[in-house]
Amino acid sequence: MHKILIVGEHDGKGLNPATAKCVTCAKGIADADISIVLLGADTAAVAAQAAALAGVKAVLRVDRPENLHPLAALFAPQLAALAADYSHIFGPSTSFGKDLMPRLAALLGVPQVSDLMAVESAYRFRRPVYAGNAIVTVEADPARKLIATVRVASFQAAPSGGSAAVESKTLNVSLPSHTRYVGAKSGSTDRPDLQTAARVVSGGRALGSAENFKLLFSLADKLGAAVGASRAAVDAGYAPNEMQVGQTGKIIAPEMYIAIGISGAIQHLTGIKDARTIVAINKDGEAPIFEVADIGLVADLFQAVPEFEKLLGTS
Amino acid sequence: MQKIMVCIKRVVDYNVRIRVKPDGSGVMLDGVKMSINPFDEIALEEALRIKERGANIEVVAVSIGVADAQQQLRTALAMGADRAILVQSDVAVEPLTAASVFLALAKKENPDLILLGKQAIDDDANQTGQMLAAIWERPQATYASKIEIAAAKATVTREVDAGLETIEVDLPAVITVDLRLNEPRYVKLPDIMKAKKKPLDVTSLDALGVSAAILLKSIKTEPPAQRQKGVMVKDVPELIDALKKKGLI
Repeated sequence: MHKILIVGEHDGKGLNPATAKCVTCAKGIADADISIVLLGADTAAVAAQAAALAGVKAVLRVDRPENLHPLAALFAPQLAALAADYSHIFGPSTSFGKDLMPRLAALLGVPQVSDLMAVESAYRFRRPVYAGNAIVTVEADPARKLIATVRVASFQAAPSGGSAAVESKTLNVSLPSHTRYVGAKSGSTDRPDLQTAARVVSGGRALGSAENFKLLFSLADKLGAAVGASRAAVDAGYAPNEMQVGQTGKIIAPEMYIAIGISGAIQHLTGIKDARTIVAINKDGEAPIFEVADIGLVADLFQAVPEFEKLLGTS
Repeated sequence: MQKIMVCIKRVVDYNVRIRVKPDGSGVMLDGVKMSINPFDEIALEEALRIKERGANIEVVAVSIGVADAQQQLRTALAMGADRAILVQSDVAVEPLTAASVFLALAKKENPDLILLGKQAIDDDANQTGQMLAAIWERPQATYASKIEIAAAKATVTREVDAGLETIEVDLPAVITVDLRLNEPRYVKLPDIMKAKKKPLDVTSLDALGVSAAILLKSIKTEPPAQRQKGVMVKDVPELIDALKKKGLI
């Protein structure tokens, strides 16, 4: 049996869907005994959500006021104090997990597998390197504990239907005061979350301005889609950083990805290659995006996008 | 603030098209252009800007790698680093080993700040900075898009999935940098000449008391599954039809 601990990501109200994807990844290991740990100021509500995930045996709550914001310097020593009982500790490959898990691994003196995309056995995994241009199979030593971040685009979310036991843990760990949360600025939106949306409309530098991105928002709203952007568009200031899709932004796997005015740099393609269907609209018929698109349209986006939106309304 | 250490990795240049070796033992590196990891270059640029705003700050560029990694350190010196240290190793080191090497250097150098890229574009591990902060028992601020230094602390704006987050850390600290922190300067020819005279020390893992353990064995390297090229449609009504056929709208 392998006892696997998953570090749940949440905002105090909702469990991030990345957690359910980590559960599916962990289920790929034979004889997995899966627990989820939640650190927060009050994790009662999210613990109930975590307990409902099928395949989860136990949910551990570590509530203390200092855990209100997910600071790696504070979370890592608490997780290290819990680690003894587990052979594997997984976290999502999100900004939360990528920040936290290596700090935990180093405290434990063990290696980390980053962006785990496939489980071959309990200690053998596949992960992308070189921006996804190569896939490497790595093998860890079963004598050591293993830390991993799970590439969430590679796994479906575990369904609900479980009823795990919820347990509150009090850890006698002193926390450093050298790291303090100041604040956050998020482009909160009523649109679906980019990382988990079934449909994504994404724009590139060809949009030409932040103002023109409204064309995409309008189309996205009609489709019930999230909106993304290429690095070029974010660098140009047309869209905020949280919208960036690609190697250094978000790696996503929607049912439908509509790339508009995106040429398709390799770093961008890395972020979308798990999408079920890729649609590309671009003026340049030679753009690399057409090499990977399932449906391509060579057209001026400023004519095609409004027409697309209009025809959607009548269909 | 007296000293900033910047960790630099020699990697395959950003523009090189990666090819996997047919025998699955890795990617082809022979004759391939090598450069400073672009994120580390941004880290160095930030160190230089902090130096230029303050007085008497020394910027030390450090790297772990083959003898040829001196080239990347010379570039760092040409950009404006004051001196450089290469920890020579013919085997590629894992992030935990790299963190241990940087810790050993940090204990010798006592920097107020260690800057490095959030990840290297070869192994894409995104671990070394966080691991270094953990074993140095100091704060970490990852994915920085803005850094303000005042007195003995840094206020760092971080690029996170939800947008931007700001944290405050006491120095010394480790900060890993993201793409939009700055745009690195171009190196000018006179600076390349000057860099040749700047000190570049070469040491080894042994001398620092660090062993290069293989904790994760590479079994094989393969090219990724390719997507099939799809169909081209001629106009928007055809696009709508194609989407309907696939049951997507």
